[in-house]
Amino acid sequence: MADEFILETHGLTKEFAGFFAVRDVSLKVRRGHIHALIGPNGAGKTTCFNLLTKFLRPSAGTILYKGQDITATAPADVARLGLVRSFQISAVFPHLTALENVRVALQRQHGQSFDFWRSKSVLNRFNGRALELLNDVGLSEFANTPAVEMPYGRKRALEIATTLALDPEMMLLDEPMAGMGHEDIDKIAALIKRISAKYTILMVEHNLSVVANLSDVITVLTRGHVLAEGSYADLSKDERVKEAYLGAGHA
Amino acid sequence: MTAMTDDTLPITPRAMRDEMIVFGLMAVLLAIVPFTGIYPFFVMQALCFALVACAFNLLIGYGGLLSFGHAMFLGTAGYCSAHALKVWNLPPELGIVVGTAAAFALAIVTGYVSIRRQGIYFSMITLALSQLLYFIYLQAPFTHGEDGIQGIPQGRLFGVFDLSQPTILYYVVLAGFLGAFLLIYRTINSPFGEVLKSIRENEQRAISLGYKTDQYKWLAFILSGTLAGFAGALKVFVAQNASLTDVHWTMSGEIVLMTLVGGLGTIFGPVVGAFVIIAMQQYLAGFGQWVTVIQGVIFVACVLLFRRGIIGEVAHYFKRSL
Repeated sequence: MADEFILETHGLTKEFAGFFAVRDVSLKVRRGHIHALIGPNGAGKTTCFNLLTKFLRPSAGTILYKGQDITATAPADVARLGLVRSFQISAVFPHLTALENVRVALQRQHGQSFDFWRSKSVLNRFNGRALELLNDVGLSEFANTPAVEMPYGRKRALEIATTLALDPEMMLLDEPMAGMGHEDIDKIAALIKRISAKYTILMVEHNLSVVANLSDVITVLTRGHVLAEGSYADLSKDERVKEAYLGAGHA
Repeated sequence: MTAMTDDTLPITPRAMRDEMIVFGLMAVLLAIVPFTGIYPFFVMQALCFALVACAFNLLIGYGGLLSFGHAMFLGTAGYCSAHALKVWNLPPELGIVVGTAAAFALAIVTGYVSIRRQGIYFSMITLALSQLLYFIYLQAPFTHGEDGIQGIPQGRLFGVFDLSQPTILYYVVLAGFLGAFLLIYRTINSPFGEVLKSIRENEQRAISLGYKTDQYKWLAFILSGTLAGFAGALKVFVAQNASLTDVHWTMSGEIVLMTLVGGLGTIFGPVVGAFVIIAMQQYLAGFGQWVTVIQGVIFVACVLLFRRGIIGEVAHYFKRSL
């Protein structure tokens, strides 16, 4: 089982003072898949996402990653297990250059991150790998640009490059295409498709059409629980999904 | 280098070269002070505060943590050094070690308590802890309460350098300052400094990359507190006393003020800020209580008119990192 499903949740629930943002969600993410979590505003997608990445503590339920219970594991430790997240608002280090952004991710595994007496020139040995990663996402020309000066779409790409630097087994992407123009959406979608050859991806998305061509499996959330799950072809015929998205009157 | 749109410049080889040139300039200027007729006591005092401000700046400028209790390190190290020198009759080098070690131990404990909270809560906890210590020092017998520890013997450093000679004392304080300054500079430009900056910029993201950010902030806090303590130990030899002034919360405020006036998150800003504030206290002393008012006006002007601080504005103007 653990080999087939990289991430599983059982009865995942998050209650905020009587309000159930996420209720009894059981997910199974198959290794190597792009799995999308979609739903209308307020469906609990981001809450669910924050539970999976441990930035929120669930009220009930368990989370298994590669068969190991990570329900009570700290966020930094989850990242070390190879389960790495992105953020809805592009999460880069604005005053570090693109190269330095990626390098911060690379240096962690090499155990010198507490060395305050060493020159940071020891980090130059990561430059080659960092440039490779930037190149992979089409950012080599931005290597020496501070992230704050990069266009929005490029920041998202930089975020993905930084995540890839950790060599994760699974990536959790929080609305990777939010706030982007069509051109950027296509670029990032192509990038996600390409990296999915190596990694399992769970992405949260607001827009069904964005994930239509990208995902192997789509889970639809409404009001905190799972409404339906299946391929895009299945779901597009499902009346309940149409209703959830368009409202009862339009169904 | 491309045009910068914001306050902080990325460190490039050129920036490092610029900074080393300015450092050399600063070292030379400070080294010739005894030959200029400037009152050395004033410069020594300013150097001690400059070091405290630099240590404070390491925490806020590079770690994003505003400590409002840094006087506790200055004062604790001062009292412990003074006690070691006067009561235990230890030689100066051991007196400095005792004071610095006390600040180190204090930073480990207070850091552990405060570092788990963010923003204003962190500042409030550091303030509360320093107030707690203030009242302990007010009551504890070894500090002699309101009187403080007076008439501390300066002795001979390593049995060689007679610290009662103002010129020798000056160069010892200067050497201590420059050494600690370089250590701070190195820390900022180390692998650790890179992680610290990334935590300042986006802590959630740093966590998601697998960094246990509390540990990094704790180490930054310990380094900062220990270096502030080292400054406090040096100051004992300059002032030859240790008093409640150095643990009072207004001292913590002055450290913040020095750093803001000079330039938060700049390498040289806190040094310039400390000299400006100490010079004001020294040369405006004739105005009595009005010095506080003048300081307040300068603080307001600083926040309203040049928010990057003196060095911050200069660096921004020349598009350099200083």
